Amino acid sequence: MRRCRPDLWQIVSLLIAILVSIPALVVLVHLAFPMGEVWQHLADTVLLRYVRNTAWLALGVGSVGFIIGGGTAWLCANCRFPGRSIFKWALLLPLAVPTYAIAFSYAGLLEYAGPLQTSLRSAFGWSRGDYWFPEIRSLPGAIMVMACVLYPYVYLLGLAAFTGQSSNASEVSRTLGKGPWVTFFRVTLPLARPAMIAGTALMIMEALSDFGAVQYLGVDTFTTGIYRTWFALGAPQAAAQLSAILLLFVFATMLAEQWSRGRARFYQVTGRDRLSSGIELRGTRALLAVIACLVPLSLGFLIPSAQLVFWTVSTWSEVVDYRFVQYAWHSVSLAALTAVLALFFALTLRYSLRIGGSWGSRLSIRFAGLGYAVPGSVIAVGVLLPFGWLDRTVDEFAREWFGTSTGLIFTGGIAAMVFGYLVRFMAVALGAVESALDKVSPRLDEAAQTLGVRPVQRLWRLHVPLLFNGLLTGGLLVFVDVMKELPATLILRPFNYDTLAVRAYELASDELLAESASAALAIVAVGLIPVIVLSRSIGRFGFTVPGKGGRV
Amino acid sequence: MTAILPGLELAGVSHTFGKKTVIQGLDLIVPGGSLTCLLGPSGCGKTTVLRLAAGLETLQVGQIKINDVCVADVNNAIPPETRNVGLMFQDYALFPHLTVLRNVSFGLNSLPADSRDVMAKEALARVGMLDAAGFYPHMLSGGEQQRVALARAAAPAPGVMLLDEPFSGLDTELRASLRQDTLRLIKETGATTLMVTHDPMEAMLVADNLVLMNGGRVVQAGLPMDLYRQPKTPFCARFLGEAIEYIGFVRSGEVITPLGSVPAENAKEGDEVVVLVRPEALNLRPESEGQGIVATVGDRRDLGLQTKLELRLEPDDEPVHVNLLAQNLPLTGSKVAVFLDFSMVFVFPVRDR
Repeated sequence: MRRCRPDLWQIVSLLIAILVSIPALVVLVHLAFPMGEVWQHLADTVLLRYVRNTAWLALGVGSVGFIIGGGTAWLCANCRFPGRSIFKWALLLPLAVPTYAIAFSYAGLLEYAGPLQTSLRSAFGWSRGDYWFPEIRSLPGAIMVMACVLYPYVYLLGLAAFTGQSSNASEVSRTLGKGPWVTFFRVTLPLARPAMIAGTALMIMEALSDFGAVQYLGVDTFTTGIYRTWFALGAPQAAAQLSAILLLFVFATMLAEQWSRGRARFYQVTGRDRLSSGIELRGTRALLAVIACLVPLSLGFLIPSAQLVFWTVSTWSEVVDYRFVQYAWHSVSLAALTAVLALFFALTLRYSLRIGGSWGSRLSIRFAGLGYAVPGSVIAVGVLLPFGWLDRTVDEFAREWFGTSTGLIFTGGIAAMVFGYLVRFMAVALGAVESALDKVSPRLDEAAQTLGVRPVQRLWRLHVPLLFNGLLTGGLLVFVDVMKELPATLILRPFNYDTLAVRAYELASDELLAESASAALAIVAVGLIPVIVLSRSIGRFGFTVPGKGGRV
Repeated sequence: MTAILPGLELAGVSHTFGKKTVIQGLDLIVPGGSLTCLLGPSGCGKTTVLRLAAGLETLQVGQIKINDVCVADVNNAIPPETRNVGLMFQDYALFPHLTVLRNVSFGLNSLPADSRDVMAKEALARVGMLDAAGFYPHMLSGGEQQRVALARAAAPAPGVMLLDEPFSGLDTELRASLRQDTLRLIKETGATTLMVTHDPMEAMLVADNLVLMNGGRVVQAGLPMDLYRQPKTPFCARFLGEAIEYIGFVRSGEVITPLGSVPAENAKEGDEVVVLVRPEALNLRPESEGQGIVATVGDRRDLGLQTKLELRLEPDDEPVHVNLLAQNLPLTGSKVAVFLDFSMVFVFPVRDR
């Protein structure tokens, strides 16, 4: 009897894990299929460009973001300068801006007819061709805008690592006769390196999965290629094969991150050690520090949001109508539904590990969390292929036996979308539930057990109330991620089913940038909520990094 | 002793964590209604015994019975939820999200809501914590938390109470008074109780029966005074009290020690033996009484009730330090004759060491 119960939990968690890993597996299996005519065509024409652009994008965003995020993290952790306490949390704000939203706003700001070039022309009396101006619709442009909103991943983990390593390590180094600079390069930086590289890997994975920004800026990468192959060429198999190659890119990033860490897996964040009081910066140095923090904050958040607000103000009366409310409702309901389901599944998985604790549930969690690394467009392909097959099979079966057509049960509604979101964001919920659950002493479980309370009841009477805050945070993170998610939504949505993200993208694609701003701004506004939650936890010392960071 | 049914019985229990064996062939009986102390140094496996009895660890080898009913053997085990044991954790493990009253009524969920509250309040009243019913655990002191944890474990009237180092988190003064309260409460409920401790004084103070463990085995079990007065191993003799140690060889049924010759009936001629002398075996008389071993009194340290005395034994000036009751002790520099009370002197073959 005792042995059956955990088994049921294990079976359920195994099922969840299998279900969630289907899309990635489906995509990977396509690598083994023969490459068709479409593939040959792609290989002859665009494939090399996809590989080159994707690789440069990953490298570019990785290095630019590493410098911005690492530099600001070190400044905020170790130096004292005016406004540091504000920058400390404000530098996270760009996290609220989706990559496509910043791409739209900078494209509008910097294009030929945009406000910047127009005012330059009128100020200096130039006309077309008189001057050189950087082209935003290019690979470097895409790298810059993406690095500006993705650097907070490095900043967040780097800040935790720099502040977490306490002054002890560096003080020991100083007493052993090493100067401040030697100490920095031989102690401080190596200690923070694993965390910063983990942040960089997260950033690169985000860049690899971006679709909206590269599509809009005209940079052909795998994500845009997958979309085009699927819709324009109507070749699902070739799209799946492209997806598989993109997945290999992602796995390479993850492997590189693991390898670079070596055995330096953990950076510790203890509450006991004193925080280093920091180097006092004065005069020019203080000014430089402020500028170093102000520039990424402005580029990543202040300027693009200001642009979005400006456009929204000028167009909202014609854009925000009944249909806009409907798109918002679609976004919110999808996000809420996914958040609740993700929390439910994550809790089931984590709880089964807690009470059963075998390698089976460990493996299940590992697999269920893998989806986060998989780009949205890849997941979409991996969901649509099996769901479409399922629809056709059920339909044929019904026609043959009942003489009726069942139509599109799985792909016609929101089921496929919610499933795709679940696959992609399960890791976020798992991370949040894990960090909350780890804080509950196992003695409490055992106390409840000896008091005669069974597993399901224990979950309800003990863990749900104890985990409530953690669950709320996890749910919020999933909610916002779903609101922002563009490529999966674009591919998986039923015909004419628009969300805010899709709407923003479509209007921008139709060169109605100003009109697209209200939807993008709404997403940014919602995205600010978890960033504020996150930044509040930065105020305290010894914080954990929930959500995306927790996955690492 | 009349036939008392065993309340809790472990037979032939062995347990390993990975490759590490923590319990080896352990047999243990807690007589029904008694308070039995499981005593041993840290890491000897005593907490594992408790967790096995509660069902929190899965039994690997052996059998466990509660009130003569098998609750766990190799093939089958009643889960902790239905085993009807009350376990009080070392860190109390009070539920932080529930009030004191809800904590205590947590295990009473098979009852209707109103009688649940009545019973929980009764349990709280027994430990004198009824006034704190509406508080949350973090608002209580360590001693108060301890009492709530006791009330929570006792409220469902378990067949067996298991206490894991119940006083270890408290300071010395609080310990003494809470020990009395806890003891009284347990006696009142008449529950079979197994209490784990590493403190021999505490064990001897509260236990009806004492089980001494070391290295995953039971070293000796019995009445506390029997273990103190008649240890079967040097480990038992050393763990339960102070002892002065000498090594010697048996010659004509005796061992010569700096404190005089000691009879060694159980050892073979020529064997190497270890001699353990309890401080109270030392009998100091004026030198004039002759016989005995003559010693010079050296340094004296007053410890209150006791005094730490340095004796330099003749003829080699061999120093020995003993704690003796502080009354009528000789002054520094005086000479005394030392006599031994052989009932408090234990001789073991060295291979037992």
